[in-house]
Amino acid sequence: MSCTAREVTAAVRRGAEVISVHRDELVELDRAIGDGDHGENMDRGFRAVLAQLELADPPTPGAVLKLVATTLISSVGGASGPLFGTAFLRAASTVGDAESLDATAIAASLRAGVDGVVARGKAEPEDKTMIDALLPAVRAAEESAGRGGEPGGTLATAAEAAEVGARSTVPLVARKGRASYLGDRSAGHLDPGARSVALLLAAFADVEGAE
Amino acid sequence: MKKIINAPADVVTDALRGMAAAHPDRLRIHLDPDFVVRTDAPVSDKVAVVSGGGSGHEPLHVGFVGSGMLDAAVPGAVFTSPTPDAVQAAIREVDGGAGTLLVVKNYTGDVLNFETAAELAAGEGIGVRTVVVQDDVAVQDSTNTAGRRGVGGTVLLEKIVGAAAERGHDLASCHEIAERVSAGVRSMGMALTAPTVPHVGEPSFDLADYEMEIGVGIHAEPGRERVELESADRIVQRLLEPILADLPFREGDEVLLFTNSMGATPPTELYLAHGVAERFLAERGVRVTRRLVGPYITSLEMQGMSFTLLKLDDELRQLWDAPVSTPALTW
Repeated sequence: MSCTAREVTAAVRRGAEVISVHRDELVELDRAIGDGDHGENMDRGFRAVLAQLELADPPTPGAVLKLVATTLISSVGGASGPLFGTAFLRAASTVGDAESLDATAIAASLRAGVDGVVARGKAEPEDKTMIDALLPAVRAAEESAGRGGEPGGTLATAAEAAEVGARSTVPLVARKGRASYLGDRSAGHLDPGARSVALLLAAFADVEGAE
Repeated sequence: MKKIINAPADVVTDALRGMAAAHPDRLRIHLDPDFVVRTDAPVSDKVAVVSGGGSGHEPLHVGFVGSGMLDAAVPGAVFTSPTPDAVQAAIREVDGGAGTLLVVKNYTGDVLNFETAAELAAGEGIGVRTVVVQDDVAVQDSTNTAGRRGVGGTVLLEKIVGAAAERGHDLASCHEIAERVSAGVRSMGMALTAPTVPHVGEPSFDLADYEMEIGVGIHAEPGRERVELESADRIVQRLLEPILADLPFREGDEVLLFTNSMGATPPTELYLAHGVAERFLAERGVRVTRRLVGPYITSLEMQGMSFTLLKLDDELRQLWDAPVSTPALTW
């Protein structure tokens, strides 16, 4: 079984829905250790993605991912726009013109996305960033795909690992981004970027698992 | 909030329209995405110098667009980085085939958005190099933070690298000169009052009538310490001592001294402070051979000032002296 442009589009739509539902929660998380605009920015970005998907009907999974990337890059702003945009852009380049994605391709696109975020943001594990959710997720996805997992199961495993990873940011002291200026005061808070990653992967898994 | 505006959401666009109307001989504006380019762009076979960042620091960067300085400036919302698509659009508009140098102030949002733009432009076959300015000595450099902020040094760097590009230096050479300026420039600022961001409507911080903030950033970020107001002599000393110690600037060094108003400090006070600074440096044997005094990198209507010192060599001095024709700097 594999994912075509239709499934990837459905997953992105579900992601947009989940971000919208959790908008205020993300705002509150960011208000605690950042400048309080993460929820609003992500919601605005994914609303723009939904609008673009109404206008265009991207023919391949890569084209869907590229559309998500360019839309997030031009509409989210702040640091999250380029970081999430880069993740989707690198994922799009990796899958190329493929008509559909199997679990191995999904794991590879996640890996490319994470590498892009690391290259752009220069964050390392335990810096209290989205990387703390993304890295365990991609490792879990690679293991699942390596065992011959289906796309739905692979994404579900990745989403679980992202959730655990996001929660692991709570006790950490931030070393990157605006929260780093708070020093020790950043400990005790969930990182909003890591939370967004966990929410999005859970939404994607939700859709693929239902196919 | 008392400001001469129509609607907070329209401030940046309305101001850009006004700038274009005031300087039709030098500037051309593009809206949605917003950017400003020199009228003769693209200049073929010249390295394009592009900068930008949040609005509210004018004349930085839009007032420095023109011959001998910036080819394009990309303004974001007030105190907010522009998005990569806007930067990419500006690069496309001004690249004359010799590549583009991006000048970026070191704030996480600016760095990420400009680097993403560089990647997008490179994907279209445009050669792009980036210099990140991080000259604010008020922020201790540390691997545990996003690093030093880019402030007054940006003005000097844009002038010097703009002159190098105008003289026909290639992209690698422009980048090397930019890195040399960045390595030899240090700044520190202070504030007497807080600015008010139009779409926020409240002052960015509370400062009592008798207090000042030492080491303030250009977005009114907190500085090193908040102390009671002191004499100009003492304020100048508080700003220049950390600058001198940091690089360090030594006896016999030749420097450019840039005395900057944060927006609302009047010329009288600025010249007064500049005079104190010249005496202070002369007493320490630091030779000031070039000066810039005025509001060039501001924080809306914040009362306050900053000093920037740049170590000069023959080439940097000549590039500083080279002709420039922009709304805010002309000689």
